[in-house]
Amino acid sequence: MLLEIKNLYVKYGNIEALHGISFNVDKGEIVTLIGANGAGKTTTLHAITRVPPPEGSKVSGGDILYNGKSLLNVPAHLIVSDYHIALAPEGRHIFGNLTVEENLKLATYSRPDDESLKRDYERVYTLFPKMAERRYQRSETLSGGEQQMLSVSRAIMTACNFILLDEPSMGLSPLLMYDMFRVLKQLNEEGMTILLIEQNANLALKFAHRGYVMDTGEIVASGTAGELLNNPEVKRAYLGG
Amino acid sequence: MFDSIIQNIFNALQWGSFYSLIALGYTLVYGVLRLINFAHGDIFMVGAYIAYFIAIFFFKGSPALSGTTTLALVIPLTMILTAVFGVTLERIAYRPLRRKGANRLYVVITALMCGLILENGNLAFLGASRKSFPELIDKVVYNFGMISMTNLKIGVILSSIIVYFILNTIISKTKIGMAMRGISYDKFAIPLMGIPIDTIIVVTFILGSSLAGLAGILFAMSYPILDPFMGAIIGWKAFIAAVVGGIGDIKGAFVGGFLLGIVEILVVAVFPSTFRDLIAFSILLMILVIKPTGLFGVAKSTKI
Repeated sequence: MLLEIKNLYVKYGNIEALHGISFNVDKGEIVTLIGANGAGKTTTLHAITRVPPPEGSKVSGGDILYNGKSLLNVPAHLIVSDYHIALAPEGRHIFGNLTVEENLKLATYSRPDDESLKRDYERVYTLFPKMAERRYQRSETLSGGEQQMLSVSRAIMTACNFILLDEPSMGLSPLLMYDMFRVLKQLNEEGMTILLIEQNANLALKFAHRGYVMDTGEIVASGTAGELLNNPEVKRAYLGG
Repeated sequence: MFDSIIQNIFNALQWGSFYSLIALGYTLVYGVLRLINFAHGDIFMVGAYIAYFIAIFFFKGSPALSGTTTLALVIPLTMILTAVFGVTLERIAYRPLRRKGANRLYVVITALMCGLILENGNLAFLGASRKSFPELIDKVVYNFGMISMTNLKIGVILSSIIVYFILNTIISKTKIGMAMRGISYDKFAIPLMGIPIDTIIVVTFILGSSLAGLAGILFAMSYPILDPFMGAIIGWKAFIAAVVGGIGDIKGAFVGGFLLGIVEILVVAVFPSTFRDLIAFSILLMILVIKPTGLFGVAKSTKI
């Protein structure tokens, strides 16, 4: 198993946000976490990537194993540079004062300047032609959808083989959304493991292999995408039917 | 009349160089940490003292080195040691607070206290008597009509300009410089790029402190009387220069420093010298009233 979340508890101060959740992701899979706002999806991703969230959450119990090794004491930047896990965060968090190219370059901070780096630039510019077009533009001048593409492109440039996506469809027009998911599918076919958070459960389950349903800090249902799509409870609560 | 204006502008550029070099340190640290490092003026003072001790060691030691050789050693050694000093200060005073997630106000107060500790520590251990910096290079005066320039003044001005362009290249072209700019926009995303935040902060303090060290050397050579409180006023002025230029922006700090130097000298050319700071700061106040973000600052809505 590539990623194994074991009985994970996370607290914000005295308030417990995750009440002992467990799930796993296998190599090459697309797994989605679905659930309403405040279910603890973003908290889970922040715990995995060990980023110090602005609100100051803390893992208070359980473990996060990656290839069998605990990530709990690994600093956030090593999660990216040594474990090759990248996060395209909610709200994009691009460096608006830098150009598109500089944003991508920063993502290669810990990588040697070699052939694979050149290949990744080409790969990103092929996957998202808009990025090549806007290369020398200050990234805060990009549209919301383009910023989302930049956020995903940046994650790819870190040389990750496991990518965590927090609401990649947010702010995207239906057309761009379709485009984004086509690219993500392609990445997966090239070997990228994907853990996806989506509010749009329908979309997420059509795209993913497996899914987990979260509700107020707990996992309340799980199964293959097909099973969840046909689960009457899930249908009623999250799929609008 | 024309000659005296040129002469004054030349003096203004010399003082502007001191202010600029110090202001760059304020602006770098602010850009990366959103911290106004009020101890920075005192890091300049420490730089001047480090330069003094190194100069005495080589120049008056046995065998004594020549002034030029001494200077060639004083510049890099002082910059390195002042950088080490600045990084140490960050490590023991600011980093623990950051780790505990302290409110920014407490960090600023800590910086103020560190400045006072440096001033009074110097007073306590080195005594109240002033140190006089040895004359390392022979003064050469060039006369062009009524205008006189010294090799030292030209050196000061050229140094600050060269240093600015080197710094500008580092900030705009290297990955670490990009990270320094990126962190000022979005701190959260820096570790997501695989970049250790602490490394960026250490580099910031190295750059800022070594520039303060260089300013310390140049100042001590120009005005060779050192005392523990020499960094206080000049530090405040450089800070104001950085704010007027637009704090967080290195071009702003550089221009702001020279602007302050020019305003000060021009005021003295017209008014009695006791009016210098009053009028100079009133002018700067007016600039801020008209453009509160400073000359090159951009109003930013993101979390400050």
